[in-house]
Amino acid sequence: MRLVVDLNRCQGYAQCAFLAPDVFAMHGDEGLLYDPQAEDAYRERVAQAVAACPVQAILVDELDMAAAAPGAGGGEASDG
Amino acid sequence: MADAALDRLKADGRIVVVGASLAGLRGAETLRDKGFKGSLTMIGDEPYEPYDRPPLSKQALLGKGAAERTALPRRREIDAQWRLGVAASGLDMAARRVKLADGDEVPYDRLLIATGVRARPWPNPAEAELDGVFVLRTRDDGAALARRLDAGPRRVLVIGAGFTGSEIASACRERGLEVTVAERGDAPLVGALGGVVGAVAAEMQRENGVDLRTGVMVTGLEGDTTGRVRAAHFSDGTSLECDVVVVSLGAQRNTEWLTGSGLGAGPRGIACDAGCRAFDIRGIVTDDIFVAGDVARSPHPLFGYQFLSLEHWGNAVSQAETAAHNMLSESTERRPHIWVPAFWSTQFGVNIKSVGVPSMGTEIMIAQGSRAERRFTGVYGYQGRVIGAVTFDNSRWLQFYEQQIEATAPFPPPFPTVDRRPEGQKPLPADFPDPSVPTHGPTITLSGYSPADRRMTFTPAGH
Repeated sequence: MRLVVDLNRCQGYAQCAFLAPDVFAMHGDEGLLYDPQAEDAYRERVAQAVAACPVQAILVDELDMAAAAPGAGGGEASDG
Repeated sequence: MADAALDRLKADGRIVVVGASLAGLRGAETLRDKGFKGSLTMIGDEPYEPYDRPPLSKQALLGKGAAERTALPRRREIDAQWRLGVAASGLDMAARRVKLADGDEVPYDRLLIATGVRARPWPNPAEAELDGVFVLRTRDDGAALARRLDAGPRRVLVIGAGFTGSEIASACRERGLEVTVAERGDAPLVGALGGVVGAVAAEMQRENGVDLRTGVMVTGLEGDTTGRVRAAHFSDGTSLECDVVVVSLGAQRNTEWLTGSGLGAGPRGIACDAGCRAFDIRGIVTDDIFVAGDVARSPHPLFGYQFLSLEHWGNAVSQAETAAHNMLSESTERRPHIWVPAFWSTQFGVNIKSVGVPSMGTEIMIAQGSRAERRFTGVYGYQGRVIGAVTFDNSRWLQFYEQQIEATAPFPPPFPTVDRRPEGQKPLPADFPDPSVPTHGPTITLSGYSPADRRMTFTPAGH
């Protein structure tokens, strides 16, 4: 499962690190580290992190997520 | 009619994207989103599908993620023909064909160039080939360097203290490796953020155990009899034993393949208008060749219409989306790329973010927090207006200052009640190096001139 975080948007709310600690981790007070190719086992947790991110900075592969459980949805990291 | 031509292009035209990169991928996705149903070809010189670079100097070097696992997520299926592992080698603008290094040619109706930049190599080729000497730009670079750091070198030398060099030094210290940083300027990050903030970056490095040496150049690298690097020599006459050297001297734009094509491309990038349409060498805008990402330079109305080249992740995404939109639009429906520059870095546990063009600033004011706490917002002023801002662990202020920049708000900012410590009450000189003195290049390159000046100014090339 591929993902990317738009770190211009990220403001360190740490919701993702709380919901999917195997994929996202805070590094210092504000910095974020994440696994860009997380294990599929974390798909549901990542979907929760995508939904919970207050600035909607997490983009998960749309093709992967289309295959995931309905309602998981993909984030949109673009400024449009 | 133009309408009919555009409809034909959308239905069965040929679009070629050179550069299978972040910008290339997001551009391709946008083309399909906008209803392009014709043939789409993605050309990339690396054998990999588009991948993300920021993790290469961060989690990959920390050993918290493999460089091989940074392929970018897709927003949608793009149904493209991929030509990976083969570089574009030339462009025939009249015949509308891209030439490939393997001798093939790919015809196009619209072309998007997103060839980006590459790491500036160590200038001495024999020394650059020593085992243990690295640059960091590509996935392969990241994987090779991470492997070498895993092996536990005795001392790493990082040449150049820009963002990448500083991030590498930070990762080395987190791994417990001894690291020396050599920087020609007076401080780390000085080209991008100036001397006031550079002094904070220097303190951070030293507090974290980096052997930071400023105001020196590395004059030579020395190998042992087996071709492994063993020492470096400095301009102050000193030497250093080291078994890994990371050359981190900024980037060069990938435009050589356009030599002789007639496109307005050179060492500073490819000039384009605000709508991402490339200029030819006569200064005439093309209507079928578009540019996006690090290789582009385009005029920005917020910054005096100077041409900006931005080596920024967000710019690559935004410019590619604009280019793709404009490729499929009537002239009146085209939109300008006027993204406000923004970037981030994480080093020594501190999150550094910036908006605007700090390197245009002549003054800086610490508007929130304090430098001593490593938590502050620095606001940059240029001719009485806010031109940029930087935060250290204070990123929630950035959006506010982005609005100030977009509104050309006055500098110094008149907000006496907003968390301003005594040290921040008056502006300081921002202390950027004289642009004619070579130092580590900023991530924003200003080139061209402001039409308001009604004069041409010569800016020394090369950095």
